[in-house]
Amino acid sequence: MKKGLEPFVWDYGAPGRVGAVLPEADVPFVELPPGIPPRKDLPLPEVSELDVVRHFTRLSRLNFSIDTNFYPLGSCTMKYNPRVNEKAAGLAGFVEAHPLLPQDLCRGSLELMGRLQELLGEISGFSGVSLQPAAGAQGELAGVMMIRAYHRDRGDDKRTRILIPDSAHGTNPASVAMAGYQAVQVPSDSRGNIDLAALEALCDDTIAGLMVTNPNTLGLFEEHIVEAAAAVHRAGGLVYGDGANMNALLGAFRPGDAGIDVMHFNLHKTYSTPHGGGGPGAGPVGAGEKLAPYLPGPVAMKTDGVWGLGMPPRSIGRLKTFYGNFAVLVRAFTYISLLGAEGLRAVSENAVLNANYLMKLIRGRYRIPYDRVCMHEFVASGQVTPGTRTLDVAKRLIDYGFHPPTVYFPLIVKEALMIEPTETESRETLEAFAAALLAIAGEAEADPELLAGAPHAAPVRRLDEVRAARDPVLRRHA
Amino acid sequence: MTPYIANTGDDKKVMLEALGVSSPAELFADIPEKHRFPRLDLPRPLSEPEILEELGRLAAANTGAGVRAVFAGAGAYRHFIPAVVDSLSSRGEFLTSYTPYQPEASQGTLQSLFEYQSMTADLLGMDAVNASHYDGATALAEAVLMAWRAGGEKRKRVILSGGLHPEHRQVVETYAANLDLALVAPPRGAWKPDDLEPLIDEETACVAVSFPTFFGDLADYSRLCAAAHRKGALFIVSADPISLALFDPPGSYGADIVTGEGQSLGNPVSFGGPFLGLFAATRELLRRMPGRLVGMTVDREETPGFVLTLSTREQHIRREKATSNICTNQGLAALRAAIYLSVLGKTGLRRVAEISYRRARYAAGLLSALPGFSVLNDGPFFREFVLRCPEDAESLIGAAAARGVIPGVALSRYFPDRPRDLLVCVTEMNGRGQIDELAKILKSVTEAGR
Amino acid sequence: MKFDTGVLYQKTHEWSRKEGGLIVVGISDYAQDSLGDVVFVELPEVGRSLKKDEAFGVVESVKAASDVYMPVAGTIAEVNEGLKDNPAAINTDPFGAGWFIKIRPDNPAEYDRLISAAEYEAFVKGL
Repeated sequence: MKKGLEPFVWDYGAPGRVGAVLPEADVPFVELPPGIPPRKDLPLPEVSELDVVRHFTRLSRLNFSIDTNFYPLGSCTMKYNPRVNEKAAGLAGFVEAHPLLPQDLCRGSLELMGRLQELLGEISGFSGVSLQPAAGAQGELAGVMMIRAYHRDRGDDKRTRILIPDSAHGTNPASVAMAGYQAVQVPSDSRGNIDLAALEALCDDTIAGLMVTNPNTLGLFEEHIVEAAAAVHRAGGLVYGDGANMNALLGAFRPGDAGIDVMHFNLHKTYSTPHGGGGPGAGPVGAGEKLAPYLPGPVAMKTDGVWGLGMPPRSIGRLKTFYGNFAVLVRAFTYISLLGAEGLRAVSENAVLNANYLMKLIRGRYRIPYDRVCMHEFVASGQVTPGTRTLDVAKRLIDYGFHPPTVYFPLIVKEALMIEPTETESRETLEAFAAALLAIAGEAEADPELLAGAPHAAPVRRLDEVRAARDPVLRRHA
Repeated sequence: MTPYIANTGDDKKVMLEALGVSSPAELFADIPEKHRFPRLDLPRPLSEPEILEELGRLAAANTGAGVRAVFAGAGAYRHFIPAVVDSLSSRGEFLTSYTPYQPEASQGTLQSLFEYQSMTADLLGMDAVNASHYDGATALAEAVLMAWRAGGEKRKRVILSGGLHPEHRQVVETYAANLDLALVAPPRGAWKPDDLEPLIDEETACVAVSFPTFFGDLADYSRLCAAAHRKGALFIVSADPISLALFDPPGSYGADIVTGEGQSLGNPVSFGGPFLGLFAATRELLRRMPGRLVGMTVDREETPGFVLTLSTREQHIRREKATSNICTNQGLAALRAAIYLSVLGKTGLRRVAEISYRRARYAAGLLSALPGFSVLNDGPFFREFVLRCPEDAESLIGAAAARGVIPGVALSRYFPDRPRDLLVCVTEMNGRGQIDELAKILKSVTEAGR
Repeated sequence: MKFDTGVLYQKTHEWSRKEGGLIVVGISDYAQDSLGDVVFVELPEVGRSLKKDEAFGVVESVKAASDVYMPVAGTIAEVNEGLKDNPAAINTDPFGAGWFIKIRPDNPAEYDRLISAAEYEAFVKGL
């Protein structure tokens, strides 16, 4: 096999080489306990600290990142991650706080949690918030479980189905299945909204609720959101809102006011906490009067003016250890505090403005299936010639120094390209990106092989994913 | 001007003109008028120095964080984190990159996660490790679901050892609540292999144990694992990664799924999160695993590289039939673990475990000699032990904290019928001097009460 | 695009043919082409009984996973073990070496209700 870009960390080793230096044990030696089989061989690296630094520094340089590249991934909200967030999360008083300290020794963290709950509730129009879910998908699971517990408490057990639009993110039906429900698909209409007539026809007493994303995954505001929620409520169901696309709604719309009963937030999207190569994020859940008692916990609660922890009265229970991804919560709290109401509104206005401007720049050359003003993101088709695949357009963008947009999602648009610029990008960046897309469209006609063979300028060429799946090698010495 | 927004007034003018609208507000016309642009009642925006001052005040209010000697564990462990872990993982190229769905643009993240998977697989003695779960509790819950599904959902009994962390057990209960599963809690919190074996029958989907237990107890589970297999049940071990530097890992005796809390590997206690869910399985169960998997392959010029693989298990493809709904994971925490395992290495990790083991034994010896105190663990333990105190443990903690020591976690937090029991944790971060001082303080605060 | 006329089809893109007392089942050329390179096939246990139109397995490529459905009710008599190490056979020879299972049908006459190659081809063209 050829040499890889960077050796493995264990390849730097030499027997006896040591990285970290630890203190002496300074207590009497004791034998390991008999009866518990001891470890025979511990095949971990033997490398120096400098080896580790060089290795991981070099690896980092093989990555695209927001810090280095424009990252217009639809539905991911790859906005700039403010560095003051990092400083905040790194304060020793937060980092060193053990979660099981007596409450009067950790009032700072408890107050931060309580205030963040209140801020998120105010922004979205919900009376109760739990910060515990570790990610959006966990927040979704919580919301669906809360709906189920609500119906169970009312003795209504024939509701076994949840309505989900055909444009929904895959986590939605997956969460529904994990909650023991059946997912039922609702089609979209020609304007990209949930088909209201189809929804109303499906609403009966077997429906526990509806999961809706607004703006939806086409980047469009659900024009009938109020009527859709009302139809579900009339049939006795509840409405779950997927808050992934909140970057369009800050200071512009409060889901809790419009009939959404429970919603999750993605702090690693709208609220600027970093993606870290896949996580950690946080997926707090907000709920209105009906469902707030069912929130997962513990949550921060104020008693006699003092913040402490407690379980909501009918809580669905605990979703993870302790209280949530606390260091992520600190970052979101910092961000919201810096922006205030006017700042948050400016975020959404500029996110929507940027998306519409970028859409205008490529429209005509790239087909936009819905003739509407978009919100913070939009979907185009990458099929600029009959034979062009979105995959190849995406790989070619890497050569131009841009991370590709989201591809092949939502499923209802063929060869979909979902583009979300965010408000932290400048007009120059948007225009440069549009110019690249237009150039690639030209290449698709004049020299399609250039796209099919892309990327040409990345650290590796296109990788063989078939081989990786047929013959998985997931560790060394596989 | 609002921070982090790039558009100037001139930029806006150009863009609005191109769109044929006079203000950005016009782009929100699809929102029903009565719900459009609500007034948000939020505190006024702060500048960077102001927010740092406010956060400083909040951080300082965590007086327990500044305490020198902390002997609290119970699922969140204060281990030494080498400085390089922070400095490397905070590089913007790692911190601000996305899930590596476009592998050609993400070889840094992918290779470091492959190395994490590899080293963790070596540590746990298992074939395949995923690229992280949320934490040890959710990893355990998903392991239970995975075992249930692997048997076609035909067997419904799940034996949950009394030695599991109570919060882990609670999370399993939440995840199992709406599914056709029967969670079995052994009588009187039993956790020993001999006590669990009679509970396994042909209806059992899986048995889940903890190594060490929540109370620090060690046991050899190899025979229990074999017993489970004889009855056709899967064996799940929630294992502490530091302990596995000293003791034979669950993979060596045939555990089917190994989960655990990886926070000890280079991640701070941070008031409970973000932590790191370790999740490993055998090759036979590979395609039923939740979470992302990084695989090695080659590019079209035969250069080795890495990609996310076996993605058809996941939610974005399989949707309601996915192995899990998990999408965002704890990627950066896994990177920190990879750096930690690299820089500590073979010798260092073993030293951490040895020092923790020896100091916990020393502390147990010292404290059980104090009048009115005794250690309840009746067998070997690692890093933690249960101290029965002459008085209410919570008040002891309060009195000790006033003298600058957090002596442990009161078990009454989880077991209201055990008000005098304290779970004491000792790691390589607790020097001998701290342990000696702990003994002095516990002695004096109990005598003071008399 | 090959539409083998020696077999009958389902609108879910499986083909079937009679072989002795058994029915051999695979997926069509159209199906393997849409999936892309097959990486894995999940096949049922021999001896299992399934109903008509019940899912008996899953065929996976890098980007998709599709259920495969029984053409008739019956018991699984044989599965193509060779697909474990060589799933690519489904792409290179979908009507031959890429067969999935052989069924012992409960009611052999059910086979005749499947659609012809011409009908299937017309259906696919309309997609």
